[in-house]
Amino acid sequence: MIEIEGFSLGYRDVTAVHELSLSVARGEAVGLVGESGCGKTTVLRAIAGLARDWRGRIAIDGAERDPTRPRMLPRTLQMVFQDPYGSLNPRQRVADSLAEPLAIHDIGDHTRRVTEALAQVGLEADFAARYPSQLSGGQRQRVAIARALMLEPSLLLLDEPTSALDMATQAEILTLLGRLRSERGLTFLLVSHDLAVVAELCERVAVMRGGRLVECVSCDALRSGEALAPYTEALLAASRGEGVD
Amino acid sequence: MSALLEVEGLSVAYGAAPVVADVGFTLGREKLGIVGQSGAGKSSVGRALMGLLGPRALVSVGRLAFDGRDMSLAELARLRGDRLAMILQDARHALNPVMTVGAQIAETLRRHRGLRGPGVRDAGLALLDSVHVGDPNRVWQAYPHELSGGLGQRAMIAMMLAPDPALLIADEPTSALDVIARERVLAELDGQVRARGMGLILISHDLALVGRFCDRVLVMREGRVVETLTTLAVAEHPYTRALLDAAPRLLATP
Repeated sequence: MIEIEGFSLGYRDVTAVHELSLSVARGEAVGLVGESGCGKTTVLRAIAGLARDWRGRIAIDGAERDPTRPRMLPRTLQMVFQDPYGSLNPRQRVADSLAEPLAIHDIGDHTRRVTEALAQVGLEADFAARYPSQLSGGQRQRVAIARALMLEPSLLLLDEPTSALDMATQAEILTLLGRLRSERGLTFLLVSHDLAVVAELCERVAVMRGGRLVECVSCDALRSGEALAPYTEALLAASRGEGVD
Repeated sequence: MSALLEVEGLSVAYGAAPVVADVGFTLGREKLGIVGQSGAGKSSVGRALMGLLGPRALVSVGRLAFDGRDMSLAELARLRGDRLAMILQDARHALNPVMTVGAQIAETLRRHRGLRGPGVRDAGLALLDSVHVGDPNRVWQAYPHELSGGLGQRAMIAMMLAPDPALLIADEPTSALDVIARERVLAELDGQVRARGMGLILISHDLALVGRFCDRVLVMREGRVVETLTTLAVAEHPYTRALLDAAPRLLATP
């Protein structure tokens, strides 16, 4: 579903990501973890067409991405952002936010599709008339997920989708994402600094540090703690709250 | 242990809507956690004590004593920035974006410690060094946006420690940080609280974090304290159990 080979991206004299290769199979959920500034979000943004002038190769569902024309995107790919306070237009009602991708792609039957999309993410139909300011953080993130699903994508890029939420709300959103994935056979690439969140949702995790890939391990190996790179061990200990040196 | 802060019957309301109802606790020179979901009223407790809630909030308290002396909320608020200090979620938003970190620390030192002249910079650099920023000179000259999240939090901690406060209130001090930076900032706070014999109120939505870091934990829901715990293992209230269960499973150490 996603193939990345020798991906590099620099800003002036700083190399943000260095020679990264990663592949994600159809239907798989892969996590991309690391500290702030390790380049994980840069990778996601390049896949989503929000970064340009990178080097290397990115292909989505067999289609090559062109670093000079990043906006040419397949509609099979959608993104959910970290901050549900910033990712919804504050002056648009929920119904209009959800219907916008339909209008752009000339798809009709808005009212029925919006109601169905809200039901999919566990919101009542009367949420359609609300503005984002009338929603809690968790409800906003549900709306953002519903909007990402409007065009029935096969690939979701998730950028820290729960780190602005409290623990209980985080658990609800993770459960929702897991259910949607199994119902729709979605492929996930999830960026997070928290291995615990990644292990909840993904089969595999790619660990990044300083713009480079440290290792790719299965989440089962993560749980059993077998043969992990020292840096992965440190991240794991910090995720469990066991302190770091 | 003599009580540093005693609070009885603290309530906060906006119009007819109560956001904090009858909250009480006693804090020694220890670490007290306040946890709950967004909207539970935990931040309002911290802000009410600091006198930061603004004119629309109706704040009342049954009894309030700081360092053994009974006082009103207004009197307590006057100790803010001196005996009381507060650390917020993200230094890049909480600090003045158009002043260097050094200028902001210097302002605190002049105002609250009465320092003047070259001694200000020396004291400021020593403070930054005491919170392990690595290169105090660089941080001193930096603007808040030029620092990483973890470094920014250390700078804010240094600034808040400048007047040598007796009570530190930290409102979600690590929730904008990645897990590695989080552990380091918590270790820093812990070290400072111990070394200076301060009281700390740590406000967070993360029950597991507060549980392992604090000596006691108040669990809040819809403005009320549902349970006070010394260790999470003895949590009995169904709401506290539900909060514990909400943590991702990997967090449960095998």
